Amino acid sequence: MKEGFKSNSRLERILKAGHFAVTGECGPPRGADPEAIRKKGELLKGCVDAVNVTDCQTAVVRMSSLSSCLILKEMGFDPILQMVTRDRNRIAIQSDILGAAALGINNILCLTGDHQKAGDHPQAKNVFDIDSIQMVAAVKAMRDEGKFMNGEELTVRPRLFIGAAENPFADPFEIRHLRLAKKVKAGADFIQTQCIFNVKRFKEWMKRVVDMGLHEKVFILAGITPLKSVGMARYMKNMVPGMDVPDEVIERLKGVPKEKQGEEGVRIAIETIQELKEVEGVHGVHIMAIEWEEKVREIVEGAGLFPRPEI
Amino acid sequence: MVVGEQKPLEEILEMIEPYDRLILAGCKGCVAVCAAGGEREVRFLASAIKTARKAQGREIEIREVTLERQCDPEYVEQIRPFVGQYQAILSLACGVGVQFMAEHYRQIPALPGLNTTFVGGAERQGVWVERCQCCGQCVLHLTGGICPITRCSKSLLNGPCGGSSNGRCEIDPEVPCGWQLILDRLKELGQLERYLEIIPPKDWSLSRDGGPRKVQREDLMR
Ligand code: SF4
Repeated sequence: MKEGFKSNSRLERILKAGHFAVTGECGPPRGADPEAIRKKGELLKGCVDAVNVTDCQTAVVRMSSLSSCLILKEMGFDPILQMVTRDRNRIAIQSDILGAAALGINNILCLTGDHQKAGDHPQAKNVFDIDSIQMVAAVKAMRDEGKFMNGEELTVRPRLFIGAAENPFADPFEIRHLRLAKKVKAGADFIQTQCIFNVKRFKEWMKRVVDMGLHEKVFILAGITPLKSVGMARYMKNMVPGMDVPDEVIERLKGVPKEKQGEEGVRIAIETIQELKEVEGVHGVHIMAIEWEEKVREIVEGAGLFPRPEI
Repeated sequence: MVVGEQKPLEEILEMIEPYDRLILAGCKGCVAVCAAGGEREVRFLASAIKTARKAQGREIEIREVTLERQCDPEYVEQIRPFVGQYQAILSLACGVGVQFMAEHYRQIPALPGLNTTFVGGAERQGVWVERCQCCGQCVLHLTGGICPITRCSKSLLNGPCGGSSNGRCEIDPEVPCGWQLILDRLKELGQLERYLEIIPPKDWSLSRDGGPRKVQREDLMR
């Protein structure tokens, strides 16, 4: 590990070298098929500095995040292990953190997770022993102090670059930057935001973040999701709580023929990245092309972020 | 109070199917207040059961009683003089009452007539809402008097999560976001700066997670 670095994470090196970072996302399959991961990996190769692997996102059972991370690591990626507190208590969380670090995972994204009520097993018992902020603090204490949550010493420290998420579009808006401040205080090294469609509101949030000086304490990666169609845009607007898709975006997609809507969605994503690059305090983008990984390269190229720096 | 809801009649009929002589025991405590298992409900349920059984051509004898409380040995004991004449006790108390019946009368089964749902209160006439999860270490002083364990669907101590939208919870637009309520209240109290403090992980060993709990008061024990 290099002097002055917290981990062996490529993302950490990219960000600390002052590059505008690009991360991607890979959703594991609903089956034991490693090829599904490799296929997505192939599409993302060379386009991203690190790749998030979701943890039973939307509370739907999928291949575990850690296993999928390993498959991507074998392909040469620097995976970001997403971990939710919905399904694990503090014993399992700390155990998985040690395991991930032992297997050479360098990044973790600490999340609370979507409630199982809207998932595929609404009958499940949830855990929520700790929340995402407490989890950030736990990983930090394990890494920097060599201590478990109970204060006892651990042997080899897990060298992880610690991430958390924030949603500038959830309510109440007036505390969203304060919640970010709590995550920073807990020890987050980087933040990935919810998908941004309402750039105006994002900028208002960023302004508050910058006013608090948080952008100097944490790397902020702005979330980008290309819209495939008007249908998808409407679905996200109406069905996904905490998602803000303004009417202008929907109108813009409606303005082109159906078979061209995907192209328009990609164009919107590229324009959004270009606009966000200029926003003070934004250190990179996190591209979540949901089951549309083949478009990531086009987006990264279009935004002038290709090729990715060798570091 | 403990809030309960009567089980569907079909389920109750199935439960008591083997029996022809039954004690139907109500409780004048919480479940009477929430109109699920008091004197009135005992009367209604008894007649509904009798009608149903009559239609099946198998009449049933029901002894209706409503005790002061079923969570206190003193009152539970009141049915001892006649309990031997019956085959089962159908209790309309909360789960505590049913279990106390079972513990006291070991020869016959005690059956639950209610689903015990939560600890809560009456929001208005006919509407009861959950307010406390009995976590064993109350944090209401930190959260403006609104319980994050109960009112936040994810029991977050440092909410709200990213699913809070227009004051509503991600699980259901009918459910208010507990953390929106907490923040509104902290603001009313002029304590919003409290929000910046990170509330540390909870000690769940004081909750049910630590096993069945017991409160012992030496000063009251005889
Ligand atoms: S903090 Fe615990 S004791 Fe207090 S209201 Fe909530 S669940 Fe009940």
